[in-house]
Amino acid sequence: MPAPFEGLTVLEFAGGIPGPYCSRLLADLGARVIKIEPPGYGDPARLIGPFPGNIPDRETGGLFLFLNTGKRSITLDPAIPSGRELFSRLAANADVLIEDHQPGEMEQLGLGYDCLKAANPGLVYVSITPYGQDGPKAHWKASHLNSFHASGEGYTLPGGQTYESFPNRAPVAAGADLGEFDTAVLASSATVAALYAREFLGVGQHIDISKQEATLGMNRLEQAQYLGQGREFNRSRSYEYGGIFPCRDGYVMLYPREDHQWRALTGIMGQPELGMDERFSTRAQRIRNGDALNAYVRPWAASHDKHEIYDRVAPSGCPAAFFANAQDLMESPQLQAREFFQSIDHPRTGPVTYPTNPYRISGLPWAPPAPAPLLGQHNYEVFCGELGLSSEELPDLRRTGVI
Amino acid sequence: MPEQSNSQRSALEGVRVLEFTNLVAGPFPSLLMGLLGAEVIKVESITQLDAARRPPYAYDDPDGSPAFNGLNLNKLSVRLNLKQPQAVELACRLAAVSDVVLENMRPGVMDRLGLGYQRLRELNPSIIMASVSTAGSVGPERSYPGYAPAFSALSGLAHLTGYPDGPPGELHASIDSRSGATAAFIILSTLFHRRRTGEGQFIDFASREAITVLGAEALMDYAMNGQVRTRRGNRSPGAAPHGCYRCKGDDSWVSISVNTEQEWFHLCLAAGRAEWSSDPRFSDALHRYDNQDALDDLVGSWTRRHTAVEVTGLLQSVGVAASPSMSAKDLSEDEHLKERGVWQEIEHPQMGLLKIQGPPWWLSGTPPRIRTHGPILGEHNHEVIVGLLGESEQQLQNWVDEEVIY
Repeated sequence: MPAPFEGLTVLEFAGGIPGPYCSRLLADLGARVIKIEPPGYGDPARLIGPFPGNIPDRETGGLFLFLNTGKRSITLDPAIPSGRELFSRLAANADVLIEDHQPGEMEQLGLGYDCLKAANPGLVYVSITPYGQDGPKAHWKASHLNSFHASGEGYTLPGGQTYESFPNRAPVAAGADLGEFDTAVLASSATVAALYAREFLGVGQHIDISKQEATLGMNRLEQAQYLGQGREFNRSRSYEYGGIFPCRDGYVMLYPREDHQWRALTGIMGQPELGMDERFSTRAQRIRNGDALNAYVRPWAASHDKHEIYDRVAPSGCPAAFFANAQDLMESPQLQAREFFQSIDHPRTGPVTYPTNPYRISGLPWAPPAPAPLLGQHNYEVFCGELGLSSEELPDLRRTGVI
Repeated sequence: MPEQSNSQRSALEGVRVLEFTNLVAGPFPSLLMGLLGAEVIKVESITQLDAARRPPYAYDDPDGSPAFNGLNLNKLSVRLNLKQPQAVELACRLAAVSDVVLENMRPGVMDRLGLGYQRLRELNPSIIMASVSTAGSVGPERSYPGYAPAFSALSGLAHLTGYPDGPPGELHASIDSRSGATAAFIILSTLFHRRRTGEGQFIDFASREAITVLGAEALMDYAMNGQVRTRRGNRSPGAAPHGCYRCKGDDSWVSISVNTEQEWFHLCLAAGRAEWSSDPRFSDALHRYDNQDALDDLVGSWTRRHTAVEVTGLLQSVGVAASPSMSAKDLSEDEHLKERGVWQEIEHPQMGLLKIQGPPWWLSGTPPRIRTHGPILGEHNHEVIVGLLGESEQQLQNWVDEEVIY
């Protein structure tokens, strides 16, 4: 079967994580993504790393390579009139445009939604900014640190276990630039919804994605509890009982939520009598006597290894986990069984193992995508093949800084 | 609220989703689809209450949970006691007239109930079935139980969150939402595909992997260099100051991120400390990064004399990225979010007038909408059994008496 987005063209005029990861999700399902990069230096994500051997090189940055598999790269500066014309011609033939410029900036370039839709009413135009297209903070600057702390979740992290040891330290943003990925993932669902609607409406639309609202959107459960019950969370928030326990070689998570789970855990701990103990017999009782319960679990956890605890407790039906690092993940039997990691060959790095996708679709066998493009690798293919420029024109475009 | 047309059209008009879900990861994709206009039917029963209807979200009344309400807006609730074969039969009939079946029970449970993909596909060849589970439907750990705290740990994300010298971070239900948001993307993608080709699909979705993949940067570092990364607080390589600083007031903090020399200079001026900019310890980004402890002390000595809102205002006015670390209360009172339409109100039959959170995105041509409150348990028994399936009132009553609809 053909991939869902085969035949669709996505223009990506965005850098870093949110826009590029959104379009990569579409590329994974068959969309043809043309990545428009600034001439000379390219997407800023090219400078982030990690680099093989820790030697910086704009073609080998690991985060960039991950975010941009299966795409084409062209260089183009739409601030130059000739560049703007080429951009408009590409947009006239595209199904989706994803951009992450400050509100108003695309309009100044003559590439705002109203402008491009005149030539291409079917265009789905996705704008990604820290605070959205309008409102008093629309022009505020933010890096991930700021937009994550503006979402409500930063205020609750790292959490109660840390707070006990460091009550005077600041709240933190989640690692891995999590909020940038929140933005990408939510932008992808809105984009596909708009493509779906286009099938019967016949027209595209403008999608407004705010990073602050994306991460806030992931915190609906907590926010609903605040709005409806006045329950407020801060970084002293802790599990009612169970939670994080230091073990011999790291940390584990033990969460005996239901009665049978608690009995299973006490059996594995070699203390089945605790499973009969009145103080812990129901969930309500365990919540009430959480400190006492944890005082039994703590020394047991401390005297075992993380894998041992996980391998013994999780099969019993009691929720259990260890805190995995990158090595643990790449060696995980579960992830290996799912073929979650796959090798992708790249002309500059050679084969490298990449994480792939969390879904398996019955009718769509997963094949590793093409590697991320070199900067401007597809200039000839796109400008000459698609827009019909003659190859003699490319050197002039390059000399004048257009591409 | 951002500019949107007055169009009454919605993006997912005519799409019906049948869900067998619980808490957050399962209900979240269909919440998003419901906001986009899909009709979502939630199968529930008093014998298997959604955990968001139970403590600590609601104590006495399963219909008194703001958390459940927030995650199930726009949905219909039908009570089917799936321990009864007749209820399973009704569920099959609903699947036969649905476009998507969504479930987040443990792998194998739907099959055991007689609601597995093979069966549903026989009834409805173009059905899309999405099974959302912790680890997916294959692999040695597929049947392990999972809650958000457990898979935030297993996924590797918690290890990357927190202070370098402290324990890992405690991420809660937001992790389920992230899994759900990715699931929404893939369900919508297969729906798009079905519209074009008529083909249905089975989607085997692993929540753990949905989170693991977000830690790609650390995974790539290990794959390329064998380096195992750990958490680094609020810091970011090559940028300083880059942190969260105490402000005047109770547990009040401001995040500041300086990424260029110009921003650094402007911060010094805004703080009234021009001399910082000529301090050799802070003369360029690398020096500032290397002397970050001293730098953070100085910046903190300034911020603590002002409120987080004041510091943010001063810095934003000179082009430096800053924001208060906002609590749920701060957010609910925020003018920007009010203007953006994030906070809305709805009348709930049990809880009265409720302030609720709106959609996470804005689509100009098919505006996402909140039409109804999260359903009362079984609120739509009649609408679904009589209205949709065409059964008689008497038959409905019989099933209620027999605890099929229970």
